Amino acid sequence: MTDTPVLSVRNLVVEIPTRHGLLRPVDDVSYDIEAGEILGVVGESGAGKSMTGNAVIGLLDPPARITSGEILLSGQPIHNLGRSALRRLRGKKMGMIFQDPLTSLNPLLTVGEQLSETIREHLDVSHDQARKRAVAALEEVGIPAASARINSYPHEFSGGMRQRVVIALALCAEPDLVIADEPTTALDVSVQAQIMALLKRLCRERGVAVMLVTHDMGVIAEAADRVAVMYAGRLAELGGVREVLTNARHPYTDGLMASTPLASAGLKRLRQIPGAMPRLGALPTGCAFHPRCEYAQDRCRKDPGPTIDSCDGRAACWFPLATDRKEEAQA
Amino acid sequence: MTDTPIPPAPPSRLRRAWESDLFWSFRHAPVAMASSFVVIVLILGAVLAPLIAPHDPFSPGTLNLMNGFTPPGQANAMTGDIFLLGTDDQGRDVFSTILYGMRISLFVGFSAVLLAMVLGVTLGLLAGYVGGWTETIIMRIADVQLTFPAILVAMLIFGIAKGITPPEYRDEMAIWVLILAIGLSDWVQFARVVRGATLVEKNKEYIQAARLIGRTPFSIMLRHILPNVLNPVLVIATISLALAIIAEATLSFLGVGAPPTKPSLGTLIRIGQEFMFSGEWWILIFPAVTLLALALSINLLGDWLRDALNPRLR
Amino acid sequence: MSAIIKVEHLTRVFDVSKPLLNRVIERLPRALLTAVSDVSFEIEENSVYALVGESGSGKSTIGKIMVGLVAPTEGSVQISGVDLASETDAAKIEAVRSEIQMIFQDPFASLNPRWRVRDVIAEPVAAKGGDTTGLAEKLLEQVGLSAADAGKYPHEFSGGQRQRICIARALASNPRIIVCDEPTSALDVSVQAQVLNLMSDLREELGLTYLFISHDLTVVQHMADRIGVLYLGRLVEEAPRDVLFNDPKHPYTQMLFAAAPKMDGFGREIEAPKGEIPDAINPPTGCAFHPRCPLAVERCSRERPEMRNIGKTRVACHMAE
Repeated sequence: MTDTPVLSVRNLVVEIPTRHGLLRPVDDVSYDIEAGEILGVVGESGAGKSMTGNAVIGLLDPPARITSGEILLSGQPIHNLGRSALRRLRGKKMGMIFQDPLTSLNPLLTVGEQLSETIREHLDVSHDQARKRAVAALEEVGIPAASARINSYPHEFSGGMRQRVVIALALCAEPDLVIADEPTTALDVSVQAQIMALLKRLCRERGVAVMLVTHDMGVIAEAADRVAVMYAGRLAELGGVREVLTNARHPYTDGLMASTPLASAGLKRLRQIPGAMPRLGALPTGCAFHPRCEYAQDRCRKDPGPTIDSCDGRAACWFPLATDRKEEAQA
Repeated sequence: MTDTPIPPAPPSRLRRAWESDLFWSFRHAPVAMASSFVVIVLILGAVLAPLIAPHDPFSPGTLNLMNGFTPPGQANAMTGDIFLLGTDDQGRDVFSTILYGMRISLFVGFSAVLLAMVLGVTLGLLAGYVGGWTETIIMRIADVQLTFPAILVAMLIFGIAKGITPPEYRDEMAIWVLILAIGLSDWVQFARVVRGATLVEKNKEYIQAARLIGRTPFSIMLRHILPNVLNPVLVIATISLALAIIAEATLSFLGVGAPPTKPSLGTLIRIGQEFMFSGEWWILIFPAVTLLALALSINLLGDWLRDALNPRLR
Repeated sequence: MSAIIKVEHLTRVFDVSKPLLNRVIERLPRALLTAVSDVSFEIEENSVYALVGESGSGKSTIGKIMVGLVAPTEGSVQISGVDLASETDAAKIEAVRSEIQMIFQDPFASLNPRWRVRDVIAEPVAAKGGDTTGLAEKLLEQVGLSAADAGKYPHEFSGGQRQRICIARALASNPRIIVCDEPTSALDVSVQAQVLNLMSDLREELGLTYLFISHDLTVVQHMADRIGVLYLGRLVEEAPRDVLFNDPKHPYTQMLFAAAPKMDGFGREIEAPKGEIPDAINPPTGCAFHPRCPLAVERCSRERPEMRNIGKTRVACHMAE
């Protein structure tokens, strides 16, 4: 293993021109993912977390496009590659797992055909070998009777089994990076536990870097090594999962944690963040969070939005919460 | 209660329409603007025909047989009269007959589409919302009708209607029979699209909320579902209008439509084609070009409307 | 405290067969899906009763039967002593119907996009020919929106605000009971907290009773007084909230609690649950959970367990103690 991170996103900006002006769903976002590491990307809807993932795999829907910043895959820039070059990278170097398994599987091909096709496209193996590998891949993700099920079509699988097939498909060409966008949101709790356990085990065994996009703090807590919290297109906080979740420095992360029902167990009312995330077309000046922030000061309203680098390296906040100050507030 | 602040007046309807996405997309679609300009000019011409037509082509008193076959823009050799688009064999001004012909064509088109729309939307709503046997019967009839070409269905209806009307009323009834024939042959599209849209809306939770409140099925269909399925209906109505105008022209061209005493564009084309090869090309070409411009513009407008109202293409 | 809702031996079977013609040609049998099977429970006035379960557990169907959107196949739901399905007195039915309202899961689909908010909120009263002057404005303020919002259309609001509008509409006819079908599962966490707090406040102010349907255990733990756990259309366990969370008796409840992600479960490795939810058209014999159950014995595949009381818990399991 070298020291270069598998994925390195540097000052990424994604813009969408609309008739109401230029929107920035991703604004100056930077992070790294090392081999074997799971980075959780959390945020509420509209925070830009899926858009970041789509930018990395080159699946931005036009007119959205990357306007500045860079994306490095194992040190190689990929943000300026053409469509066909990106398509070769996808699958070989990057695997994808989406929320709805049906969208990532071709309904007209059997699972085996899709797997061996992907394997043969990216690895130099014979038809028979590809098929054997496909069966092995299905066995690995825990599909019973894999050698028989390989001839089934996607609709013949249940939701959980389908997501297992998608994981097999994402990992079959041995990529370095997997982007999982809300992989368990459509699944039941018990199936979600199965899928997350599988994803964690496979990625650890193979040393794959994972970008896990989700809105579920519980999933992040259990799966991620580090976590990136996004708000209105920007990174609000970035750090080790235990530090960020138990000792948030950004008031938004703090409020998000506090407003989950479990954190307020025993309380009659939940702690709530007032208001809602602003629409991209109507971002407030200064720090985008200041209208909802109970600690907001003049600087938050006037100065341009803080970034993690311009602050303490962890939270994009001019006045990050210190541990003692939070205890003070609680007392 | 008295001290509640008065809410600010909502922006006027006109202002909202001007700022709406639909109008914005209209202002940014040159094809749509050009075709709507053509359509408006043609419709205005038809509506105002009695005011702007230089001659009344159907009043025998103003006709002069000597003016027959005057080429466009040239003075008649015998009477010295000048006609913008020339005259036909009986000395009628082609420009005026086109204006009056468009009146008939547009009237038949609009009325037929209206009939098809009312019929199709009602049956489609019923089929989609009520389901069961109602749906099976309505949609099977629609399927059967679709297996025949629309023009054949229209001719069939026209033939039957003509057979049962007394001869002395035939010319008078011809227009209404045309409307009936085209309208009845065209409702299927409306019914199919409305049924599909109704099936989608029916399962949305706001319909369940209305059922829960105790609204009757009739009131749910009328007040909740209908407004939400009108977008595709508007698109089909526009495209159907072009088709209905062409269908009317086809029927009249075949001699089963508007009578020569009340000629539509199709009748004019039929009359004109007799003189095509004897050199009087203007009697055919000008009505034909008008029909083409009218149908094409309406179709282009419908195409644009379909794209503009489709949220996925926006 | 007395029971305001009594559910007795409720069963609902859906016919999910293909059309007759296809069935004859393809020689298929009728396919009957038992969405709810012999469910009995009571809800006390001014309490929150939660139904939890995964997909196919029948929790939404029970909610719909309760408000009268779906008719029961067998059994009954009595609201204030009136059984909607068998009652013949139209006036009584009308009175009970206006006592029970519903809030739906998807705030984007539960408001008619072509109606102004004022008309949406006042509809339950307007449909009965009641006086609606100022009603929408009053209700909007009650749910934390502004009276000026009454003239706007639903698309001008965010998900959380729409759910507030739905709550306002549910309140319009002065109901005593509100069935909440996954009211916050389409909302973001911070907005979810706002809506849940609003619902708690309204319950206290207006003395409402909630049937709270959810798959989210954390939300249920926060909101509910009493919880029923459903599996494949059967009620497997029912207990007061703290009893259930401290000491789940049924192996399915235990599995569900273990599988739910924990906010403080950093790096937690769990033994993933076995198997998947079976097909409701051909459910397993005996106890529906036995193929996945770690405690299952031969009796479980033969005999469907009856509900029995263990302490404050009602549980349907042969092995629970």
